[in-house]
Amino acid sequence: LRGARSGVAGALVMDKPTPYDDVTSYNNFYEFGTDKHDPAQTAQRLKPRPWTVSIEGEVKKPKVYDLDELLKLAPMEERIYRLRCVEGWSMVIPWVGYSLAELIKRVEPAGNAKFVQFTTLADKAQMPGLRSGVLDWPYTEGLRLDEAMHPLALLTFGLYGEVLPNQNGAPVRIVLPWKYGFKSAKSIVKIRFVEKQPVSSWERANPSEYGFYSNVNPQVDHPRWSQATERRIGDDGLFAKRRQTLMFNGYEAQVGQLYAGMDLKKQF
Amino acid sequence: MTGPSTLVNRLLAHKATKPVLWTLLALPLAWLLWGAINDKLGANPAEALIRGLGDWTLRGLVLTLAITPLRQWTGWHQLLRHRRAIGVATFIYGTLHWLAYAWLDQGLEIDALLKDVAKRPFILVGTLAWLLLLPLAATSFNRAIKALGGRRWQALHRAIYAIAVLAILHFFWMRSGKHLYGEVAVYASIVGLLLGWRLRNAWRQRTQVPARPAPATHAG
Repeated sequence: LRGARSGVAGALVMDKPTPYDDVTSYNNFYEFGTDKHDPAQTAQRLKPRPWTVSIEGEVKKPKVYDLDELLKLAPMEERIYRLRCVEGWSMVIPWVGYSLAELIKRVEPAGNAKFVQFTTLADKAQMPGLRSGVLDWPYTEGLRLDEAMHPLALLTFGLYGEVLPNQNGAPVRIVLPWKYGFKSAKSIVKIRFVEKQPVSSWERANPSEYGFYSNVNPQVDHPRWSQATERRIGDDGLFAKRRQTLMFNGYEAQVGQLYAGMDLKKQF
Repeated sequence: MTGPSTLVNRLLAHKATKPVLWTLLALPLAWLLWGAINDKLGANPAEALIRGLGDWTLRGLVLTLAITPLRQWTGWHQLLRHRRAIGVATFIYGTLHWLAYAWLDQGLEIDALLKDVAKRPFILVGTLAWLLLLPLAATSFNRAIKALGGRRWQALHRAIYAIAVLAILHFFWMRSGKHLYGEVAVYASIVGLLLGWRLRNAWRQRTQVPARPAPATHAG
Protein backbone atom coordinates (compact mmCIF):
# COMPACT_ATOMS: atom_id res chain seq x y z
CA LEU A 1 0.00 0.00 0.00
CA ARG A 2 1.85 3.02 -1.28
CA GLY A 3 1.24 6.61 -0.35
CA ALA A 4 2.54 9.85 -1.84
CA ARG A 5 4.50 12.15 0.47
CA SER A 6 1.93 14.18 2.35
CA GLY A 7 1.75 17.93 1.86
CA VAL A 8 -0.15 18.49 5.12
CA ALA A 9 1.73 20.71 7.57
CA GLY A 10 3.44 18.65 10.27
CA ALA A 11 2.74 15.35 8.50
CA LEU A 12 6.37 14.36 8.00
CA VAL A 13 8.45 14.59 11.17
CA MET A 14 12.21 14.36 10.87
CA ASP A 15 12.64 11.86 13.73
CA LYS A 16 14.08 8.48 12.84
CA PRO A 17 11.26 5.95 12.35
CA THR A 18 10.99 3.17 14.91
CA PRO A 19 12.05 -0.20 13.43
CA TYR A 20 9.21 -2.14 11.79
CA ASP A 21 9.70 -5.11 14.14
CA ASP A 22 9.17 -2.93 17.21
CA VAL A 23 6.15 -1.19 15.69
CA THR A 24 4.53 -4.56 14.98
CA SER A 25 5.52 -6.46 18.14
CA TYR A 26 4.93 -3.96 20.95
CA ASN A 27 1.24 -3.13 20.88
CA ASN A 28 -1.52 -2.16 23.25
CA PHE A 29 -4.58 -3.77 21.69
CA TYR A 30 -6.48 -5.32 24.58
CA GLU A 31 -8.93 -7.14 22.30
CA PHE A 32 -5.98 -9.42 21.58
CA GLY A 33 -4.60 -9.65 25.12
CA THR A 34 -3.26 -7.29 27.74
CA ASP A 35 0.43 -8.06 27.35
CA LYS A 36 2.09 -5.87 24.76
CA HIS A 37 3.44 -8.94 23.01
CA ASP A 38 0.04 -10.66 22.84
CA PRO A 39 -1.44 -8.87 19.80
CA ALA A 40 1.41 -9.91 17.50
CA GLN A 41 0.68 -13.53 18.47
CA THR A 42 -3.11 -13.63 18.60
CA ALA A 43 -4.22 -11.01 16.06
CA GLN A 44 -3.68 -13.49 13.25
CA ARG A 45 -7.21 -14.65 14.01
CA LEU A 46 -8.61 -11.33 12.85
CA LYS A 47 -10.13 -11.40 9.36
CA PRO A 48 -9.62 -7.92 7.91
CA ARG A 49 -11.62 -8.81 4.81
CA PRO A 50 -14.45 -8.55 4.02
CA TRP A 51 -14.88 -5.42 6.19
CA THR A 52 -17.38 -2.62 6.35
CA VAL A 53 -17.51 0.65 8.22
CA SER A 54 -20.91 2.01 9.06
CA ILE A 55 -21.33 5.79 9.06
CA GLU A 56 -24.28 6.68 11.23
CA GLY A 57 -25.98 9.35 13.28
CA GLU A 58 -26.31 13.02 12.48
CA VAL A 59 -25.19 12.96 8.86
CA LYS A 60 -26.98 13.76 5.65
CA LYS A 61 -25.52 10.74 3.88
CA PRO A 62 -25.30 7.78 6.25
CA LYS A 63 -23.77 4.80 4.53
CA VAL A 64 -22.13 1.43 5.09
CA TYR A 65 -18.77 1.66 3.33
CA ASP A 66 -17.05 -1.39 2.04
CA LEU A 67 -13.31 -1.43 2.71
CA ASP A 68 -12.53 -1.28 -1.03
CA GLU A 69 -14.62 1.86 -1.34
CA LEU A 70 -12.77 3.46 1.55
CA LEU A 71 -9.42 2.54 0.03
CA LYS A 72 -10.38 4.38 -3.18
CA LEU A 73 -12.08 7.33 -1.54
CA ALA A 74 -9.05 9.64 -1.54
CA PRO A 75 -5.37 9.43 -2.58
CA MET A 76 -3.16 7.60 -0.09
CA GLU A 77 -0.49 9.66 1.64
CA GLU A 78 2.52 8.66 3.70
CA ARG A 79 2.63 10.45 7.05
CA ILE A 80 5.49 10.07 9.49
CA TYR A 81 4.02 10.72 12.92
CA ARG A 82 5.26 10.55 16.47
CA LEU A 83 3.11 8.29 18.64
CA ARG A 84 3.12 8.92 22.39
CA CYS A 85 1.59 6.30 24.66
CA VAL A 86 0.01 7.40 27.93
CA GLU A 87 2.32 4.86 29.61
CA GLY A 88 5.38 6.99 28.85
CA TRP A 89 6.90 5.50 25.71
CA SER A 90 6.89 6.73 22.14
CA MET A 91 7.50 5.63 18.58
CA VAL A 92 7.82 7.23 15.16
CA ILE A 93 5.70 5.47 12.55
CA PRO A 94 5.29 5.98 8.80
CA TRP A 95 1.54 5.52 8.36
CA VAL A 96 -0.38 5.31 5.09
CA GLY A 97 -3.84 6.82 4.76
CA TYR A 98 -5.65 10.05 4.14
CA SER A 99 -7.20 12.77 6.28
CA LEU A 100 -10.31 11.61 8.08
CA ALA A 101 -11.81 14.92 6.90
CA GLU A 102 -12.03 13.46 3.37
CA LEU A 103 -14.54 10.89 4.56
CA ILE A 104 -16.37 13.31 6.85
CA LYS A 105 -16.90 15.80 4.02
CA ARG A 106 -18.47 13.12 1.85
CA VAL A 107 -21.03 12.05 4.45
CA GLU A 108 -22.00 15.66 5.22
CA PRO A 109 -22.48 16.02 8.99
CA ALA A 110 -25.75 17.69 9.98
CA GLY A 111 -25.73 21.03 11.79
CA ASN A 112 -26.23 19.41 15.18
CA ALA A 113 -23.34 16.94 14.78
CA LYS A 114 -20.76 18.16 17.31
CA PHE A 115 -18.84 14.98 18.11
CA VAL A 116 -17.70 11.81 16.40
CA GLN A 117 -17.67 8.39 18.05
CA PHE A 118 -15.54 5.50 16.80
CA THR A 119 -16.31 1.88 17.59
CA THR A 120 -13.83 -0.98 17.35
CA LEU A 121 -14.82 -4.49 16.29
CA ALA A 122 -15.79 -6.73 19.23
CA ASP A 123 -16.00 -10.31 18.00
CA LYS A 124 -15.15 -13.05 20.49
CA ALA A 125 -14.40 -15.51 17.72
CA GLN A 126 -11.61 -13.32 16.38
CA MET A 127 -10.52 -11.49 19.52
CA PRO A 128 -9.47 -13.69 22.47
CA GLY A 129 -8.89 -10.66 24.70
CA LEU A 130 -12.61 -9.92 24.87
CA ARG A 131 -12.94 -12.68 27.46
CA SER A 132 -11.21 -10.44 29.97
CA GLY A 133 -13.19 -7.81 31.77
CA VAL A 134 -10.48 -5.15 31.65
CA LEU A 135 -12.72 -2.77 29.69
CA ASP A 136 -16.31 -2.63 28.54
CA TRP A 137 -16.47 -3.92 24.99
CA PRO A 138 -16.72 -2.77 22.29
CA TYR A 139 -13.94 -0.21 22.60
CA THR A 140 -15.16 3.27 21.79
CA GLU A 141 -13.36 6.53 21.32
CA GLY A 142 -14.52 10.04 20.55
CA LEU A 143 -13.46 13.38 19.16
CA ARG A 144 -14.94 16.81 18.81
CA LEU A 145 -15.99 17.32 15.18
CA ASP A 146 -13.38 20.05 14.62
CA GLU A 147 -10.67 17.74 15.97
CA ALA A 148 -11.82 14.98 13.63
CA MET A 149 -11.78 17.45 10.73
CA HIS A 150 -8.18 18.49 11.43
CA PRO A 151 -6.00 17.47 8.47
CA LEU A 152 -3.55 15.64 10.77
CA ALA A 153 -6.32 13.26 11.93
CA LEU A 154 -5.54 10.29 9.72
CA LEU A 155 -7.82 7.53 8.51
CA THR A 156 -5.16 4.87 8.34
CA PHE A 157 -4.85 1.74 6.20
CA GLY A 158 -1.15 0.97 6.24
CA LEU A 159 2.28 1.45 7.75
CA TYR A 160 5.77 1.21 6.33
CA GLY A 161 4.29 1.15 2.83
CA GLU A 162 2.26 -2.00 3.45
CA VAL A 163 -1.26 -2.89 4.50
CA LEU A 164 -1.79 -2.52 8.27
CA PRO A 165 -0.72 -5.64 10.15
CA ASN A 166 -3.65 -7.01 12.19
CA GLN A 167 -2.02 -6.14 15.52
CA ASN A 168 -1.77 -2.49 14.47
CA GLY A 169 -5.51 -2.12 13.88
CA ALA A 170 -6.24 -3.67 10.49
CA PRO A 171 -7.87 -2.99 8.19
CA VAL A 172 -8.71 0.62 9.12
CA ARG A 173 -8.00 2.78 12.15
CA ILE A 174 -7.53 6.39 13.06
CA VAL A 175 -4.26 8.01 14.11
CA LEU A 176 -4.24 11.25 16.11
CA PRO A 177 -0.58 12.14 16.61
CA TRP A 178 -1.17 14.92 19.16
CA LYS A 179 -3.16 12.71 21.53
CA TYR A 180 -2.16 9.74 23.68
CA GLY A 181 -2.14 6.54 21.68
CA PHE A 182 -5.30 5.02 23.13
CA LYS A 183 -7.37 7.76 21.43
CA SER A 184 -6.39 6.29 18.06
CA ALA A 185 -9.06 3.58 17.80
CA LYS A 186 -8.16 0.45 15.86
CA SER A 187 -10.09 -1.95 13.61
CA ILE A 188 -12.99 0.47 13.28
CA VAL A 189 -16.45 -0.82 12.32
CA LYS A 190 -18.58 2.22 13.11
CA ILE A 191 -18.26 5.99 12.97
CA ARG A 192 -21.18 7.79 14.53
CA PHE A 193 -21.86 11.53 14.47
CA VAL A 194 -23.56 12.76 17.64
CA GLU A 195 -24.67 15.93 19.35
CA LYS A 196 -23.44 15.16 22.87
CA GLN A 197 -19.88 14.39 23.95
CA PRO A 198 -19.50 10.60 23.84
CA VAL A 199 -17.81 8.64 26.64
CA SER A 200 -14.59 6.86 25.64
CA SER A 201 -13.73 3.40 26.94
CA TRP A 202 -10.84 4.47 29.15
CA GLU A 203 -12.80 7.45 30.37
CA ARG A 204 -15.63 5.14 31.42
CA ALA A 205 -13.18 2.77 33.14
CA ASN A 206 -11.50 5.53 35.11
CA PRO A 207 -12.76 9.09 34.58
CA SER A 208 -10.33 10.67 37.03
CA GLU A 209 -7.33 9.28 35.16
CA TYR A 210 -8.30 9.33 31.49
CA GLY A 211 -9.97 12.42 30.12
CA PHE A 212 -12.02 12.86 26.95
CA TYR A 213 -9.36 14.99 25.28
CA SER A 214 -6.21 13.16 26.38
CA ASN A 215 -3.96 15.52 24.48
CA VAL A 216 -0.26 14.85 25.01
CA ASN A 217 0.74 17.38 27.64
CA PRO A 218 3.99 17.26 29.63
CA GLN A 219 2.59 19.78 32.13
CA VAL A 220 -0.46 17.74 33.05
CA ASP A 221 0.58 14.54 34.76
CA HIS A 222 -1.45 11.42 34.80
CA PRO A 223 -2.73 11.40 38.40
CA ARG A 224 -0.31 8.63 39.28
CA TRP A 225 2.73 9.25 37.12
CA SER A 226 4.58 12.04 35.37
CA GLN A 227 4.04 12.75 31.68
CA ALA A 228 7.07 15.04 31.42
CA THR A 229 9.35 12.51 29.74
CA GLU A 230 9.14 9.50 27.48
CA ARG A 231 11.21 6.55 26.32
CA ARG A 232 11.61 6.33 22.56
CA ILE A 233 11.23 2.70 21.54
CA GLY A 234 13.93 1.18 19.36
CA ASP A 235 15.98 4.26 18.75
CA ASP A 236 17.26 4.79 22.26
CA GLY A 237 19.55 2.18 23.79
CA LEU A 238 19.11 0.57 27.17
CA PHE A 239 21.03 3.32 28.94
CA ALA A 240 19.73 6.29 26.96
CA LYS A 241 18.09 9.05 28.92
CA ARG A 242 14.36 9.56 28.57
CA ARG A 243 13.33 12.38 26.24
CA GLN A 244 11.38 15.46 27.16
CA THR A 245 7.76 15.10 26.04
CA LEU A 246 6.59 17.94 23.83
CA MET A 247 3.32 19.88 24.15
CA PHE A 248 0.71 18.24 21.91
CA ASN A 249 3.47 15.74 21.13
CA GLY A 250 5.24 18.42 19.09
CA TYR A 251 2.16 19.32 17.01
CA GLU A 252 1.30 22.50 18.91
CA ALA A 253 1.78 24.72 15.86
CA GLN A 254 -0.76 22.68 13.94
CA VAL A 255 -3.40 21.82 16.56
CA GLY A 256 -2.91 24.40 19.33
CA GLN A 257 -5.70 26.66 18.08
CA LEU A 258 -8.26 23.85 18.53
CA TYR A 259 -7.86 24.29 22.28
CA ALA A 260 -7.48 28.06 22.54
CA GLY A 261 -9.03 29.37 25.73
CA MET A 262 -9.47 25.92 27.29
CA ASP A 263 -8.08 25.03 30.69
CA LEU A 264 -6.11 21.92 29.73
CA LYS A 265 -5.57 20.97 33.37
CA LYS A 266 -9.32 20.61 33.80
CA GLN A 267 -10.10 19.33 30.33
CA PHE A 268 -7.30 16.83 30.19
CA MET B 1 13.04 -44.42 59.22
CA THR B 2 13.01 -44.83 55.47
CA GLY B 3 10.80 -43.47 52.72
CA PRO B 4 10.60 -40.66 50.22
CA SER B 5 11.04 -37.87 52.78
CA THR B 6 14.35 -39.24 54.01
CA LEU B 7 15.60 -39.66 50.44
CA VAL B 8 14.71 -36.04 49.70
CA ASN B 9 16.34 -34.97 52.94
CA ARG B 10 19.51 -36.83 52.04
CA LEU B 11 19.55 -35.15 48.64
CA LEU B 12 18.93 -31.75 50.21
CA ALA B 13 21.82 -32.30 52.61
CA HIS B 14 24.20 -33.45 49.87
CA LYS B 15 27.13 -31.11 49.39
CA ALA B 16 26.45 -30.76 45.65
CA THR B 17 22.99 -29.33 46.32
CA LYS B 18 24.24 -25.91 47.31
CA PRO B 19 26.11 -25.10 44.08
CA VAL B 20 23.22 -26.55 42.06
CA LEU B 21 20.79 -24.32 43.92
CA TRP B 22 22.93 -21.22 43.41
CA THR B 23 23.19 -22.01 39.72
CA LEU B 24 19.40 -22.27 39.50
CA LEU B 25 18.99 -19.01 41.39
CA ALA B 26 21.41 -17.28 39.03
CA LEU B 27 19.72 -18.54 35.85
CA PRO B 28 17.00 -15.87 35.56
CA LEU B 29 19.59 -13.15 36.02
CA ALA B 30 21.89 -14.74 33.45
CA TRP B 31 18.95 -14.98 31.05
CA LEU B 32 18.01 -11.31 31.53
CA LEU B 33 21.61 -10.13 31.17
CA TRP B 34 22.10 -12.25 28.06
CA GLY B 35 18.92 -10.71 26.64
CA ALA B 36 20.05 -7.19 27.50
CA ILE B 37 23.47 -7.64 25.90
CA ASN B 38 22.13 -9.32 22.77
CA ASP B 39 19.12 -7.02 22.39
CA LYS B 40 16.63 -9.86 22.90
CA LEU B 41 14.42 -8.15 25.46
CA GLY B 42 11.90 -6.86 22.95
CA ALA B 43 11.01 -3.34 21.92
CA ASN B 44 11.37 -1.81 25.38
CA PRO B 45 14.42 -3.53 26.92
CA ALA B 46 14.63 -1.19 29.93
CA GLU B 47 11.09 -2.01 30.94
CA ALA B 48 11.58 -5.72 30.29
CA LEU B 49 14.71 -5.74 32.46
CA ILE B 50 13.16 -3.77 35.32
CA ARG B 51 10.00 -5.88 35.30
CA GLY B 52 11.86 -9.16 34.88
CA LEU B 53 14.01 -8.40 37.93
CA GLY B 54 10.87 -7.40 39.86
CA ASP B 55 9.09 -10.62 38.91
CA TRP B 56 12.00 -12.71 40.16
CA THR B 57 12.22 -10.73 43.41
CA LEU B 58 8.58 -11.54 44.04
CA ARG B 59 9.12 -15.19 43.16
CA GLY B 60 12.13 -15.27 45.51
CA LEU B 61 10.02 -13.86 48.34
CA VAL B 62 7.37 -16.50 47.74
CA LEU B 63 9.99 -19.27 47.72
CA THR B 64 11.58 -18.01 50.93
CA LEU B 65 8.21 -17.88 52.65
CA ALA B 66 7.31 -21.33 51.36
CA ILE B 67 10.25 -23.11 53.02
CA THR B 68 8.77 -23.47 56.50
CA PRO B 69 5.25 -24.58 55.47
CA LEU B 70 6.76 -26.94 52.91
CA ARG B 71 9.02 -28.47 55.57
CA GLN B 72 6.06 -29.09 57.82
CA TRP B 73 3.83 -30.52 55.12
CA THR B 74 6.42 -32.80 53.54
CA GLY B 75 8.89 -33.58 56.28
CA TRP B 76 11.72 -32.28 54.08
CA HIS B 77 13.39 -30.63 57.03
CA GLN B 78 16.71 -30.24 55.23
CA LEU B 79 15.08 -27.51 53.15
CA LEU B 80 15.92 -25.19 56.00
CA ARG B 81 19.64 -25.25 55.23
CA HIS B 82 18.88 -23.65 51.82
CA ARG B 83 16.55 -20.90 52.92
CA ARG B 84 19.40 -18.47 53.42
CA ALA B 85 20.61 -18.85 49.84
CA ILE B 86 17.13 -18.22 48.49
CA GLY B 87 16.71 -15.22 50.77
CA VAL B 88 20.06 -13.71 49.78
CA ALA B 89 19.29 -14.28 46.09
CA THR B 90 15.93 -12.54 46.59
CA PHE B 91 17.76 -9.59 48.11
CA ILE B 92 20.14 -9.48 45.13
CA TYR B 93 17.22 -9.51 42.66
CA GLY B 94 15.43 -6.83 44.67
CA THR B 95 18.54 -4.66 44.73
CA LEU B 96 19.11 -5.06 40.98
CA HIS B 97 15.40 -4.33 40.41
CA TRP B 98 15.66 -1.07 42.32
CA LEU B 99 18.99 -0.12 40.71
CA ALA B 100 17.66 -0.88 37.22
CA TYR B 101 14.68 1.39 37.91
CA ALA B 102 16.86 4.17 39.35
CA TRP B 103 19.32 3.95 36.49
CA LEU B 104 17.35 3.00 33.38
CA ASP B 105 14.12 4.78 34.24
CA GLN B 106 15.35 7.79 36.22
CA GLY B 107 18.90 8.24 34.88
CA LEU B 108 20.29 8.05 38.45
CA GLU B 109 19.14 11.62 39.06
CA ILE B 110 18.25 12.18 42.70
CA ASP B 111 15.87 14.99 41.80
CA ALA B 112 13.96 12.87 39.29
CA LEU B 113 13.92 9.95 41.72
CA LEU B 114 12.44 12.00 44.55
CA LYS B 115 9.79 13.47 42.27
CA ASP B 116 8.90 10.04 40.98
CA VAL B 117 8.59 8.58 44.46
CA ALA B 118 6.29 11.44 45.45
CA LYS B 119 4.21 10.96 42.29
CA ARG B 120 3.93 7.20 42.38
CA PRO B 121 3.07 5.58 45.72
CA PHE B 122 3.87 2.16 44.29
CA ILE B 123 7.49 3.26 43.89
CA LEU B 124 7.54 4.41 47.50
CA VAL B 125 6.11 1.11 48.71
CA GLY B 126 8.56 -0.87 46.59
CA THR B 127 11.48 1.19 47.86
CA LEU B 128 10.30 0.67 51.43
CA ALA B 129 10.16 -3.08 50.89
CA TRP B 130 13.70 -3.04 49.54
CA LEU B 131 14.96 -0.93 52.47
CA LEU B 132 13.43 -3.44 54.87
CA LEU B 133 15.36 -6.18 53.10
CA LEU B 134 18.67 -4.46 53.90
CA PRO B 135 18.91 -5.38 57.62
CA LEU B 136 17.88 -8.94 56.80
CA ALA B 137 20.59 -9.27 54.17
CA ALA B 138 23.11 -7.66 56.55
CA THR B 139 22.40 -10.29 59.23
CA SER B 140 22.30 -13.31 56.98
CA PHE B 141 25.50 -14.96 58.20
CA ASN B 142 26.23 -17.13 61.25
CA ARG B 143 28.20 -14.55 63.22
CA ALA B 144 25.28 -12.12 63.03
CA ILE B 145 22.92 -14.78 64.32
CA LYS B 146 25.25 -15.46 67.23
CA ALA B 147 25.77 -11.79 67.96
CA LEU B 148 22.05 -11.04 67.94
CA GLY B 149 20.97 -14.21 69.65
CA GLY B 150 18.57 -16.61 67.94
CA ARG B 151 15.41 -15.11 69.36
CA ARG B 152 16.21 -11.53 68.35
CA TRP B 153 17.50 -12.64 64.98
CA GLN B 154 14.26 -14.48 64.37
CA ALA B 155 12.19 -11.48 65.44
CA LEU B 156 14.14 -9.26 63.05
CA HIS B 157 13.70 -11.68 60.18
CA ARG B 158 9.96 -11.75 60.67
CA ALA B 159 10.14 -8.45 58.76
CA ILE B 160 9.93 -10.71 55.70
CA TYR B 161 6.16 -10.89 56.30
CA ALA B 162 5.81 -7.13 56.05
CA ILE B 163 8.12 -7.10 53.02
CA ALA B 164 5.96 -9.66 51.23
CA VAL B 165 2.81 -7.66 51.90
CA LEU B 166 4.48 -4.44 50.68
CA ALA B 167 5.73 -6.23 47.58
CA ILE B 168 2.20 -7.38 46.73
CA LEU B 169 0.86 -3.87 47.30
CA HIS B 170 3.66 -2.52 45.05
CA PHE B 171 2.72 -4.96 42.29
CA PHE B 172 -1.01 -4.27 42.72
CA TRP B 173 -0.60 -0.49 42.42
CA MET B 174 1.75 -0.88 39.50
CA ARG B 175 -0.82 -2.88 37.59
CA SER B 176 -3.90 -0.91 38.69
CA GLY B 177 -3.29 1.87 36.14
CA LYS B 178 -4.36 -0.49 33.40
CA HIS B 179 -6.73 -2.71 35.35
CA LEU B 180 -4.51 -5.79 35.06
CA TYR B 181 -5.12 -7.77 38.20
CA GLY B 182 -4.81 -11.39 37.04
CA GLU B 183 -1.16 -11.99 37.92
CA VAL B 184 -1.44 -9.87 41.05
CA ALA B 185 -4.26 -12.11 42.26
CA VAL B 186 -2.12 -15.22 41.77
CA TYR B 187 0.80 -13.86 43.82
CA ALA B 188 -1.50 -12.35 46.44
CA SER B 189 -3.25 -15.70 46.92
CA ILE B 190 0.02 -17.57 47.35
CA VAL B 191 1.43 -15.03 49.79
CA GLY B 192 -1.94 -14.96 51.58
CA LEU B 193 -1.86 -18.74 51.91
CA LEU B 194 1.72 -18.78 53.22
CA LEU B 195 1.11 -16.01 55.74
CA GLY B 196 -2.34 -17.35 56.67
CA TRP B 197 -0.81 -20.71 57.50
CA ARG B 198 1.58 -18.99 59.93
CA LEU B 199 -1.22 -17.01 61.52
CA ARG B 200 -3.20 -20.17 62.04
CA ASN B 201 -0.18 -21.86 63.64
CA ALA B 202 0.46 -18.94 65.92
CA TRP B 203 -3.18 -18.97 66.95
CA ARG B 204 -3.14 -22.71 67.63
CA GLN B 205 0.03 -22.49 69.67
CA ARG B 206 -1.43 -19.75 71.77
CA THR B 207 -4.60 -21.70 72.49
CA GLN B 208 -3.08 -25.16 72.77
CA VAL B 209 0.10 -24.63 74.78
CA PRO B 210 -1.53 -25.06 78.21
CA ALA B 211 -3.24 -28.28 77.11
CA ARG B 212 0.05 -29.95 76.20
CA PRO B 213 2.79 -29.15 78.72
CA ALA B 214 6.26 -30.08 77.51
CA PRO B 215 7.61 -33.30 79.07
CA ALA B 216 10.10 -32.65 81.86
CA THR B 217 12.86 -34.53 80.04
CA HIS B 218 12.96 -31.86 77.34
CA ALA B 219 13.65 -29.10 79.78
CA GLY B 220 17.06 -27.63 80.13
